[in-house]
Amino acid sequence: MVYFRSDNIISSLGFGTEENFFSMVSGEVGIKTIVDQKYYPKAFPASMIDEERLNKEFQIIADQYSNNNSYTKLEKMIIVSVNDALSLTDIEIHSSRTAIILSTTKGNINLVSNENEETFEPERILLWKLGDIIQDFFGNPNKVIVVSNACISGALAINIAAMYIESEQFDNVIVTGGDLVTRFVVSGFMSFMSLSPTACKPFDKNRDGLSLGEAAGTVILSKHKNMHRQNIIFKGGATANDANHISGPSRKGDGSYIAIKKAIFQSNIKPEQIDHISSHGTATPYNDEMESISIDRHHLESVPVNSIKGYLGHTLGAAGIIETVILLEEMRQNILLKTAGFEELGISHPINIINHTFNMEINTCLKMASGFGGSNAALIISKV
Amino acid sequence: MKELFINSYCHIKNNRIFVDGKLLYSDKVADSLSLFAKSGYRYIKPSYNKFFKMDEISKLGFLAAEVLLSGVNLTVYNEEDIAVILSNSHSTLVTDLNHQLTIDDYNNFFPSPSLFVYTLPNIMIGEISIRHKLRGENAFFIVENFKADIITNHINSLYLAHKANAFVGGWVNQSENDYEAFLYWVSNEGNILHNAFEINKLYNLIY
Repeated sequence: MVYFRSDNIISSLGFGTEENFFSMVSGEVGIKTIVDQKYYPKAFPASMIDEERLNKEFQIIADQYSNNNSYTKLEKMIIVSVNDALSLTDIEIHSSRTAIILSTTKGNINLVSNENEETFEPERILLWKLGDIIQDFFGNPNKVIVVSNACISGALAINIAAMYIESEQFDNVIVTGGDLVTRFVVSGFMSFMSLSPTACKPFDKNRDGLSLGEAAGTVILSKHKNMHRQNIIFKGGATANDANHISGPSRKGDGSYIAIKKAIFQSNIKPEQIDHISSHGTATPYNDEMESISIDRHHLESVPVNSIKGYLGHTLGAAGIIETVILLEEMRQNILLKTAGFEELGISHPINIINHTFNMEINTCLKMASGFGGSNAALIISKV
Repeated sequence: MKELFINSYCHIKNNRIFVDGKLLYSDKVADSLSLFAKSGYRYIKPSYNKFFKMDEISKLGFLAAEVLLSGVNLTVYNEEDIAVILSNSHSTLVTDLNHQLTIDDYNNFFPSPSLFVYTLPNIMIGEISIRHKLRGENAFFIVENFKADIITNHINSLYLAHKANAFVGGWVNQSENDYEAFLYWVSNEGNILHNAFEINKLYNLIY
C-alpha cells in the first residue's frame, strides 16, 4: 500500500498545511489585487507569497544545513516546503530508498527577464537544473525526477510516485512542486483573456476566468504507514488526453472522463463509494463546464464538489499537489471546504458544488486535474 | 504478460530524417529548425494545416511522430490505451524566449495567446494526440541529457498496471542552437526488446 505520510503548503495563506487549511475554514481568501509593473502594466488579482517571511524561514533552514549559496525565490519556496514536510516524519533524506519528484510548469522562468536584482547562471532556468538544486540542498543521492505536463503536473507527479512505491523501486517518495506568478505567465494568460478582473469564481454563473497564484507544495508518499495519525492511502490514478484541442478542453469532457474511469478501475472501488470530489475548477467558462459534464457522465452529480482555486488561484505546477494536500486535510478533519467565490451554479449539468464549509465523514475522494495540451488526470485517495 | 518490444523508431537530427536507422530525407540547405521543419513537411506531405500554427519544437515532434506512426496500424489498439511519454532537457526554452521578447518592453508589448500556449512542453504531446487520436496516458519528463531509464521505467509501470498497451516514447529537444528528435513505438510486437540498454543503443545509432 502507498501511504500519505506528510505534507506542506507554502502560499499566501500560510507556511504549512494546517495554517493554510484553517485560513480556508475561516473563509480567508489569498487572492488580492496586485499593482506592480514588474508583473503587468495594469492591476490584476493574484495570490502572492510573503517574500519577507519566505526569506526568514528559508534562512533558518539554510543555517541548519550550513548552506551559504544563493537561491531563487522559487527554490526557497520549494526547499522550505520540502523541509517542513520532512520534519514531520522520520524519513531518511540521505537514503537511496528515498526519491524526490519535482512538478513545475515554468520553474525559474522569472530569470529570463532582465529586471532581476540578483543574477544566476543561465542554466538555472532549465527545469532539470532546478531538480539538481533541490537534490544538492538536501543531499539526496538520487537524481530528482522532473515532471512538466502543464496543469496536471502535480497530480501526475503523485501518480508517478505511487507507481515507484508500488513497484518497490523506492520506500519513500517526496513529491514537491511549485510555480511563480511572473510577468511571463500573467502576460500570457492576459493575452488569452482568461484572467478574471476579480478573485476567480469557480462554477459560478458569473465566472469570468481564472486567478493566478504562486505556491509550493509537498506530499510524501511511503510504503510505511503513519503511527500517530489517520492513515490515508493512494488507491489509484490515471491520466488521459482529450485529443481535441491544445488550449481548450473537450466539450464532452472526454479526457477527464477517461482519466476518472481508469482511476476508478485502478482503485478497485465502485463509483458510488466516492464521497467527495476536489475539482480542478479554474473558473474559466470552459473548464468548469467540461468538469461538470465529466462528473455527470460518471453519475457523480450528487457528490459534494469543491475547487480550492477561489482561495489560492491557479498555482500551475503546484496546483495538483496543494489541492491534494487540502483534500487530505479535509479527510483528516472531516471538514468539507466551500468553494470560495462560488454563489450561483452556472453550468449546464447540475452538480453539487459546496457553498458552505461543513462537517461530514469522508472516506474515499477523487482529485481531478486538467490542463493545456488536452491533458487530464484523476486520483483516488481513501482512508484505511 | 507478453513482453514489450520496439518495432519502429525515428531520428531527426542535423537536417536529416531516419526511420529504423535508415536515411529517409536530408536537406542540405536549411540552416535552422524552422526551415528544416518546412522542408521536412513538404517531403512527408501530411496535408495538415494546423502544422503551420505550431511552434518549432512541436513541428519537430509532430514530424517525428508522423514518420514513426506511418508504419503502425493504430486501429488495432484502443485509443485510450495508447500512451505518449516524452522527455527533453530544454523544455520549451526557445519558444519561452520568443514569448519573453513580446513582453520585455511595455512600449512594445504584444503577448500572443497562440505563442504563449506553446510555452509548455506537453503541448507537443497534445498535437501528436490530436493528429493520431491518441487518448491514453501522458507524461513529459525533463532530464539533463537523453536517458532511457526514466521513460522506460514509466512505460513498463503503465504496462504492468494495465494502464496502456502501446506507447510512443522518446526525446524531442530544441536548444538555442540545436535540435534533435528520437521517437520509438513500443507494443507487444517487434524484435528489439524494450529496455533502457537497447533504447540507449538505438538513440546513439545516429549522430
